[in-house]
Order: sequence, then C-alpha cells, then structure tokens
Amino acid sequence: MPDPPHRRRAHASSSDLERYAGLFAERTKVMRSSAMRDLMAVTARPDVISLAGGLPDTSTFPPQTFAAQMTRIAQESAAEALQYGPTEGFRETVDCIVEVMGAEGMLPDPEDVIVTTGGQQAIDLLCKTLVDPGDAVICEAPTYPGAIPVFCSYQADTIQIECDAEGMRIDELESTLERLDSEGRRPKLIYSVPSFQNPAGVTMSLERRRRLVELARSRELLIVEDSPYGLLRFGGDPLPPLYQLDGGDFVIYIGTFSKILSPGIRLGWAVAPPPVMEKVVLGKQASDLCTSTLTQYFVREYFAEGHWREYVESLVEIYRGRRDAMLEALRLHFPPQATWTEPEGGLFIWATLPPYIDTSDLLAKALRENVAFVPGQAAYVDGRGRNSMRLNFSAGNADEIREGIRRIGKVIGEQVELYSALTGEQPAVPAVPPQEPAEAENVLPFRKAGEGSG
Amino acid sequence: MKVAVLKGGRSLERGVSLRSGARVEDALERLGHEVLPLEADGGLVKRLTSERPDVAFVAMHGPGGEDGTAQELLEILGIPFTGPGVAACARCIDKVLAKHELRSAGVPTPDWFAFNETAFRELGAADALSGLEERLGFPLVVKPSRGGSALGIRFAENWFDVPEALVSAFSYDDRVLLERFVDGRELAVSVLGNEPLPVVEAIPQGGDSYDFEARYEIGRTSFVCPAQLDEDEAAAVTEAALAAYRALGCSGFSRVDLILDAAGPQVLEVNAIPGLTDTSLLPQAAEAAGMSFEQLVEKILDLALAPTRA
Repeated sequence: MPDPPHRRRAHASSSDLERYAGLFAERTKVMRSSAMRDLMAVTARPDVISLAGGLPDTSTFPPQTFAAQMTRIAQESAAEALQYGPTEGFRETVDCIVEVMGAEGMLPDPEDVIVTTGGQQAIDLLCKTLVDPGDAVICEAPTYPGAIPVFCSYQADTIQIECDAEGMRIDELESTLERLDSEGRRPKLIYSVPSFQNPAGVTMSLERRRRLVELARSRELLIVEDSPYGLLRFGGDPLPPLYQLDGGDFVIYIGTFSKILSPGIRLGWAVAPPPVMEKVVLGKQASDLCTSTLTQYFVREYFAEGHWREYVESLVEIYRGRRDAMLEALRLHFPPQATWTEPEGGLFIWATLPPYIDTSDLLAKALRENVAFVPGQAAYVDGRGRNSMRLNFSAGNADEIREGIRRIGKVIGEQVELYSALTGEQPAVPAVPPQEPAEAENVLPFRKAGEGSG
Repeated sequence: MKVAVLKGGRSLERGVSLRSGARVEDALERLGHEVLPLEADGGLVKRLTSERPDVAFVAMHGPGGEDGTAQELLEILGIPFTGPGVAACARCIDKVLAKHELRSAGVPTPDWFAFNETAFRELGAADALSGLEERLGFPLVVKPSRGGSALGIRFAENWFDVPEALVSAFSYDDRVLLERFVDGRELAVSVLGNEPLPVVEAIPQGGDSYDFEARYEIGRTSFVCPAQLDEDEAAAVTEAALAAYRALGCSGFSRVDLILDAAGPQVLEVNAIPGLTDTSLLPQAAEAAGMSFEQLVEKILDLALAPTRA
C-alpha cells in the first residue's frame, strides 16, 4: 500500500525547544534519565533475549476464540460496540469483574466499581483524586516501576517502605507514620502490591496484611491495593486480599484483565468507597469519557463462554514451569554472592547482587551478550536499588529463560572476578610507595593503537 | 543528489543516532535531495551496492558508526561520506588514544592513567593503583575509553571509590581511564570544515555537579551559546579546540569538549560525529552562527564532496 499523503513537520530547532520549554508545567520536570532511556531502547533489539518486559504470554490465547467473539460482536451489536459508553463502564463488564474478584473471595458492591483503561489508569485517577503537590504517598521499596511516574507527575512526596520476604515492613511503616504525624502530615495513600509483587516477587504475609489493614482503619488512612497477579498463584495457600480483610472502607482495590486475558484490550478497574468513587468518575470523565466500548464487549462475550478460569489455569501451568526454569538457572549461573526471591506466583523474580555492582552498568555489559533485564533503580524514587534487578519469566519460553540467565550470570561473574582482582590483595589505603614515574608515559600497558577490541 | 543516511546500529547511542538520522533526512528532503534512509544492519552493504548513493551522510554515534567501521566500508565501496575519515574516527572514539595524540601535539588535556581489563585480571595492575593519589590526586573521574554518553562515567572522591567506579567503567569497555578532575566551566566547540562555530557552555542547574547524567537531560543542564567568555578566553578555547581537531586529523565536522579553569582550557575529548538531534550542541552552535539546520546539513554535504578531502 502506498503511503498516504502527509505533511512532515520540520523538526524543532533548539530555540523552538526553548520556546516550548518555557510553557512546560513543573510536573514535566521529573523525566527519567535520558541515558537510561537510551539504554532501555537497546533492549528492544530483536536479537536480545529480554527478561526486562512485564509481558504476559498472549500466544496461547486461541485465535479462533478471538475471531468468533469479534465476529459475533460485529454481527449482533455493531452499533453499540462502536458507540460511546457510560463513564463507569457497562454493567455487564462490572459483572465480569465481580466474578473475577469472587474467585479470590471478594464480594464488591457493583456500584463501587469503575471500569478503567487498564489498571494503570486506575492508579492515575486515584492520584488525581487524592494527591496535591507535596502530599505524602507511601509505597513499597522497591515498588512497581510504572507507579513512580504517576506519583511524580502529581508531584507527590513519595516515601518508600522497605520490603522483605513477607512484604512491606509494617514496623517501618508505623515509624514513618509516627514521623509524618509529628510533622503534622497525613499520607494521602499507601500503595501496595501485596501479592507476587512487581518487581520483588514477594507476597505480604497474612499477619502483615492484618496489621496493615488495622493501621489503616485505626488511623483512617487509604490503602490502594494493586492486584494484577492475584490469580496467578503457582503454589502455597491463597491469602485474603487486603480489600477482603477490610471490607472496602479503607482499602481501594485495583484489578486488571491484562494478566488473566490480555493487556492489549486495556481493561482494568478500581473499587472504592462511594465518596471516593464519585470523584474518580469525574476524573475519568475528564480524562477519556469512557473505557473502550469494543473491548468491554469482547470481555462480556468471552466471560459468557464460561472458560475464563480454565485459561487462567493454563497460564498458571505455563508460568510455573518458566519460574522453575528461571530459579534453576539462577542457582546454576549466578554467583554465590547473589540472592533472589522465590515468588509463589506472578511474573517477576528480584535478584540482588553484591553492592559494588551497579545493574545499570551491568545492563550495558549484558546487552553485548544480547540479554536484558530491568535495573533495580527503576523501582525506587531515590536512587536505591542500584545493585538489584527485575527478571521477568512470563514472556519467554524456558529455553530462552535458561539462556538469558546464563548470559547474565556470565557478566556478573566477570564483574565479581574483576572486583576481587581490584581489591583482593590490595591494602585498604595505599601503603606501598608509588612506582618510579615512567618517562613521559603515564599509562600502564595496553593495546597498541589501531588494534580493535572486538 | 541521492543521499544515503546511515543511522541506528548496535551501539548504546542507537536511540540518539535514530533521532539524528531522522532530523537529517527531514532536512535533506526539504533541500530537494533524494533521501535513502539506511539502518546500519546486516543488509547495509547490499543496499549501498545496489542503490549507489552519491554520498553517504553518517548519522551514527558510538562504536560501529563513529569509530571508523562504517567509514571503512564506505571507502571500500567508493562512496564519499560526511564527517571525519577512518583514522580520525578511530582516534576520537578511543579517549585514551586521543589523549596521547593530543598530548604529543601539545594540546592541553588533564593528566590520566589508563588501564586495560587484562592488566587487572592477569598482570596484577591493582597494585599500581596506589600510585594514583601521588600522580593524579583526588577527586578523579573514571571513564570507559570508548563511549559517547555519560554512561559508565564515575566520580571518585577518594581511594575507596575507585574499585567500584572501575567495575562500572569496565562494563562499557575493556579499557578505562582515570583522569584528574578539573573543576571548571564545561564548554563545547563545534568545528565545521576548518571553521570554529560559537562556543556552547553547559551549565548544570543546581544539584550535583558530579552527576554526569544530568548533563544530558533537558531541564537539569542549560546551554548557553555563545558562551559568555572574555576575548582572551574565547581565543584560547577556540585555539585549543582547533588544535585538537587538527591533532586528531578530523575533517568535515566534529565537536571538541573542553573544560576551562584558571589555568586555561583543557580538552577532554573530541566527538567525531556529534549528535544532530534537536537538543544537540552542534546544531545549537550553527544556529548561533546564523545557520539553519538545512544550511548546516548542506554545508556538511559540500565538505564531504569537496575535492580537497583526503
């Protein structure tokens, strides 16, 4: 097909940029490092095994199911499916949502549910509703890397609470709340991914879930429970969502169809108490009027078939195998100085390396071996996480995962070896007298000019 | 004229290269040239051979495009190309090699040590690090020898910071340099043909002046062109930049990065093929000299086709 006629806009000159820059809002000045962006751009090369993304595997969704449903929608409801819909979403979509939440033991009032353009929009709308510039927002350390730009764009003062194997440290949360109290501040929301956390892969223990909900109730604070992976459990006993423990007074719940059906349909939801929901609906109206009608029809048709749980179970089988492959490869290829989480579900493993390894730099080295991961720094607002990395096991098959981990292990091994060569027999402070200065030559032996390095 | 624009490649500066390339293509089209956009991948030579462009505009940065590799191919194929030739590219991309050339040509550049990774792994070079304090003093800057962006550049406040900084720098290259830190004004002089363009000054906006990544971010660094320099300073800076350009054998265009303190200007590095994006320094300098981006691109093409070119 020939290109349609179009006008190509002249690229901006630097003085143009200056002119626009004067108009930019304060909240745009929180952009991520461009060096980091360039690094991440390279991870998209087709020859790179990427353990960096957070992509569910959509290749197992049966194309004939997809085709049949879209055909049925076209034949039976074309006009409606192509029309605007209500801001809150269709009641039929909400019924599907109630069914999904029911599968995890929750019983939301359908009136409390809003259908959003992915779970991401729910985070955005809640911040839009609750957060003024400078307001404290609490989240886990590390936290979902995609939530950080949202907090930043609302100019929140983001406070991160350390996570361990049982999830967010509630004792640290309490002392932080005390400190804020003494400053006369009250956090607007506590954001948590309690189950199979992105990026750490850890799950909050039942005891901590209870304490967190108690804290929220006694202090009347809002928790935002983001739960994209709750149904992707590979083992162990299911734990009650915070929403269920609280009953929906102080816990706002965010869910999504992205990981149990498709991220491409951009369908998520939020469940909030009516006064909050009222504001969220107004915010949504201002943002995009309504969530895609067409994809809501698709979900309705798909759920009517009644096989959605079987599909989720098939995903669980696949991801469990891939997680096992990754854990096995980690044991085989990562050096003894490295540690990692062993998630019981979800999509991610979080690995931590010796403190002298910066995973952003390691990524550059890994890319030469054609493998990529997310440097841990992306999950923090304050530069922490430099020696950690997020590894995804849902997107690639077991062979790719094993090979990817082998390659990452190789570059880590090289850095560990180099560091010990640098420090091993070295006195802590230079005690040996400096060598005699060489004549007009202050360089140790290195490759001769003109020789490449490959 | 049929102009091939070479862009992309596998280096970490691929993103910048794609933006430079797109902007150049755009300008070439508006200048009325026939544009042949070429991704630097496995099909590059085939495309060049079958399409036979009159000239190639090399809009690649970092190893693979700025180090003489692409230029060597273009020489073999007999296609004239923009920017410096093979030897100059090879000298510029390697900061250690470039600093040797600069020093032998009498161009001021901060003192340094350079190390190969094998020196540490196999020759026990760690023992030589103790000489650093005496020879360079602290603070110092640790850099990968090859690499065009801020990636892998670390500041070492004292001896204890050095091993970690070295591990970072060696992630990007198997040769690194430790350079004496010069606390001064950061300047860039772009040279077009043999003519210097107005000096650009990079001024970090608050925060940590040792945060090298900040230099590359809009909002965290502001750029002033022409830089506020007195006549003597401007002359010294321009002279040092031209001397560096010549010492490394550059032609066509290049950008010289310098630092200016009370002792005068010192050259940090020369970028054989500097960025040509809408935030890059060479286009800013050209603009300050009254040249539009189109005029700049046309001039670069003319220089590539000039018969005097080596």
